[in-house]
Amino acid sequence: TDYNDLYCLFTLVQFTKAGQFFSSGHTNNWAVLVCTSRFWFNYRHVANTLSVYRSVKRLGIPDSHIVLMLADDMACNYRNPKPATVFSHKNMELNVYGDDVEVDYRGYEVTVENFLRVLTGRLPPSTPRSKRLLSDDRSNILIYLTGHGGNGFLKFQDSEEISNMELADAFEQMWQKRRYNELLFIIDTCQGASMYERFYSPNLMALASSQVGEDSLSHQPDLAIGVHLMDKYTFYLLEFLEEVHPASQANMNDLFKVCPQSQCVSTPGHRTDLFQRDPGSVLITDFFGSVRKVEITKDTINLTSPVEPPIQRSGSGDIQIESLTYVDQLPVAEIIHQKPKQKDWHPPDGFILGLWTLILLVFFQTYGIKHLKHIF
Amino acid sequence: MQWQSTDVEVNRSDGTKNSETFTPAPAKDQFQEELVIRPLHSGDIYASFQFRTLWDTDFLQEGQKKVSHYRLFPKSLGQVLSKFSVQELHISFTQGFWRTMQWGQPFIPSPPGAELWVWFHHTVSDVDGNWKELTNVLSGIFCASLNFIDMTNTVQPSASFKPLGLGNATDHRFLRYATLPREIVCTENLTPWKKLLPCGSKAGLAVLMKSEKLFHSSFHSQAVHIRPICQASFFSKSWELRQTLNVVFDHYTSGQGKKEWSLFKMFSRTLTEACPLASSSKVYVDITDNPEGELFELSPATPLLSQAVVLGDRRTYSVYDLTRAETFGQLRSFNLLLRWKGDSGDMLRPLLHAERYVAGFGLQTGEIHTVIYNNHPYRAFPVLLMDSVPWYLQLYIHTLTVTSKSRDNKPSYIHYQPAKDRHRPHLLEMLIQLPPHSMTEVTVQFERALLKWTEYTPDPNHGFYVGSSVISALVPSMVAMSTNFTQDQPLFSSFVPVKEESSYFVRVYTEPLLVNLPTPDFSMPYNVICLTCTVVAVGYGSFYNLLTRTFQVDEPSPPLAKRLANFIRRIRGVPLLA
Repeated sequence: TDYNDLYCLFTLVQFTKAGQFFSSGHTNNWAVLVCTSRFWFNYRHVANTLSVYRSVKRLGIPDSHIVLMLADDMACNYRNPKPATVFSHKNMELNVYGDDVEVDYRGYEVTVENFLRVLTGRLPPSTPRSKRLLSDDRSNILIYLTGHGGNGFLKFQDSEEISNMELADAFEQMWQKRRYNELLFIIDTCQGASMYERFYSPNLMALASSQVGEDSLSHQPDLAIGVHLMDKYTFYLLEFLEEVHPASQANMNDLFKVCPQSQCVSTPGHRTDLFQRDPGSVLITDFFGSVRKVEITKDTINLTSPVEPPIQRSGSGDIQIESLTYVDQLPVAEIIHQKPKQKDWHPPDGFILGLWTLILLVFFQTYGIKHLKHIF
Repeated sequence: MQWQSTDVEVNRSDGTKNSETFTPAPAKDQFQEELVIRPLHSGDIYASFQFRTLWDTDFLQEGQKKVSHYRLFPKSLGQVLSKFSVQELHISFTQGFWRTMQWGQPFIPSPPGAELWVWFHHTVSDVDGNWKELTNVLSGIFCASLNFIDMTNTVQPSASFKPLGLGNATDHRFLRYATLPREIVCTENLTPWKKLLPCGSKAGLAVLMKSEKLFHSSFHSQAVHIRPICQASFFSKSWELRQTLNVVFDHYTSGQGKKEWSLFKMFSRTLTEACPLASSSKVYVDITDNPEGELFELSPATPLLSQAVVLGDRRTYSVYDLTRAETFGQLRSFNLLLRWKGDSGDMLRPLLHAERYVAGFGLQTGEIHTVIYNNHPYRAFPVLLMDSVPWYLQLYIHTLTVTSKSRDNKPSYIHYQPAKDRHRPHLLEMLIQLPPHSMTEVTVQFERALLKWTEYTPDPNHGFYVGSSVISALVPSMVAMSTNFTQDQPLFSSFVPVKEESSYFVRVYTEPLLVNLPTPDFSMPYNVICLTCTVVAVGYGSFYNLLTRTFQVDEPSPPLAKRLANFIRRIRGVPLLA
């Protein structure tokens, strides 16, 4: 009948719309943002990381899906003239620290080992959820690194470094463990392009602020705070991201154009040969935002059984009432007459064992086994 | 397409378990909030927030009765309590040092950095394992690096830190104490702390907590205290969660030099409503030093007055009840204003005060001096001093001296647990009787250890921190304290249970120490490798060449013309050219 045909056409149209709706392969977004520098004069690296954090949060990725690692505390540093703030623009226009920041790894915890463990998921069992990267094979991950770097390495906290080969191997481990669907890697350091030279896993796209042999420069100092506030590349990246909103259709080709050499002095580079899709069809919000795709169902779902009411506690009848009191906070008499704690028995230590072995050896040497029957 | 309403009817057949009609249980949890403002003599102002959630439940139940429905009590903390069988938990994060001589005693003291002490339930079999996991979980909840707490900085005090809540057995095997003096407190610690409150930071007193103002202060401390307490109306024990935030605003930096304070100046916000989930929401202002209004002027005026005995003294407070609409006036906003009129004069000296410093020179030895002052004119009282020193400061306990009024003062109880390198810190606990109006000095010499090069922090020249000493004392009180704990008292005066009327319990923390350990030059391995390789290449290489090189005479190959000429001569049979 007519009605049937119309219904079939309707469902067909819905199906193709649904098909387009689910065209990108990811269902959730994660971000790992790392600042690797310590000390007050590296204020700009913390500001870099926090401005990417701010953009990513604004575009929808929740705190539970962001692993933020800051190697030093700039906001509550005693040298900060305005505590609890980190500014990105001079004249203190934009406070990227905000009011509801959640830093997962801070201070001495930001090490190469912890960073690689977060990426590969090999963390000790007692690590809390907020410190883990719980991504699956349908996650798009954004990884942002900033700090001081050189040709083929990135310095962590002025005491250790990560090489580009280690990073490439970590990404390969992630690929083999199916920990990402697509990965966008952004790095803002000197000679940043050397860090993505060695990647060999599929579905990786990388951006760097400068080529091998070039230095990334910082943007502008603030005379009241006394340090440089941001790096040039991330400053213009922040300006670009401020224009992006969750429904925006800006794609990766626009991102590659951020900060040309006229503004950045260094030449930003990018690498897309390992990425399967065409960069022009990849939306910025695929990595920076968390656009949730909602599946609408038209069927009613029946709940099988009604919710159980909570079991009432029956008064004081069956509870054992212990006569509890508050303890004396400083019971002087009791403390003075406290018996020393009985030490637990430990097996004898090395020295004692060695001494007894010597004694026994001498004993048996002197008397010999055959004479033992005279003694015992 | 329309949504159809579905009505699921409860099966009312008799004889089955589901036959009970669902009646909501009477709410057994309540929430109270209060803010106490105490103007200090130096012109600074001390604000103390206390949020208390009381819940009559049992976290340590298993199976059917396991707690699963949370209302006012935060679920993250409740799950932590039941998983690790915690009896009491006290955690604090502090930035700055409390200056007892200028500010008096705080309501709830805390040392600089992070401090965590936990009493586990007596059914726990592996306390150390639970402690390790608990610190990791709390580091995730509070965004702090509490995972650095391990066996090298955990101690088990034998007499200090008795439980503040209900409990009979005090076997100190179930107590663990650790402090991280280096821990930084910033907005990322305040954010999860605020999320634990029932109203969050959206209503009630918590709207005043703006990080830009709170961290621009001389002292900032936020803490969470969980303990079981006794309530008159219920038979079983209730769990109490107290979240406290103490902040001292400096007269010159936050006050801009003017002796005038208001809620807006302190917090950049005013109050508009009480938290709807709170059963009581009050603001107290300490006006004991201002009976006739000659010292400072308080507006808006309030007829409500309250007297409370706190820290051994009877203080008078003006009370503003935020649950009443008339507190907010016509503008629907409450902004307290304190304006100083006269000079305040000197403050009463606090009865107990302590200092600590490192003496000595060089990077090999040193001496730790702890000085405790008893400022009471005629009463002597005992104090319990607890020192936890990291293993890399090797204490020489035979040099321990305790002198009061330049005479030896022998402690009536000493507990010393020596350190084990890289395993355990030193623990020294002493019960010392302080003579009246005296200064007692405790000194002990130490030697600095040389760490392995991987054990140094990335910034070793900053120095290494030694946690504060804790001095617990029962100080004689000026007025009789009330021992009736179940009375309806304001929160700030009912934290520590009072056992006798004539003295009150106080805990004083000294300064943390910052000591420099002998630090190697970390560029030396690189320098040594370069130098050694150069020496080996130049020295050994030359020697090897001298021994094994032989010289041969080598004729250069003749040019092409000559070679051609030689070739033709060979054919002709004529002698060749040279």
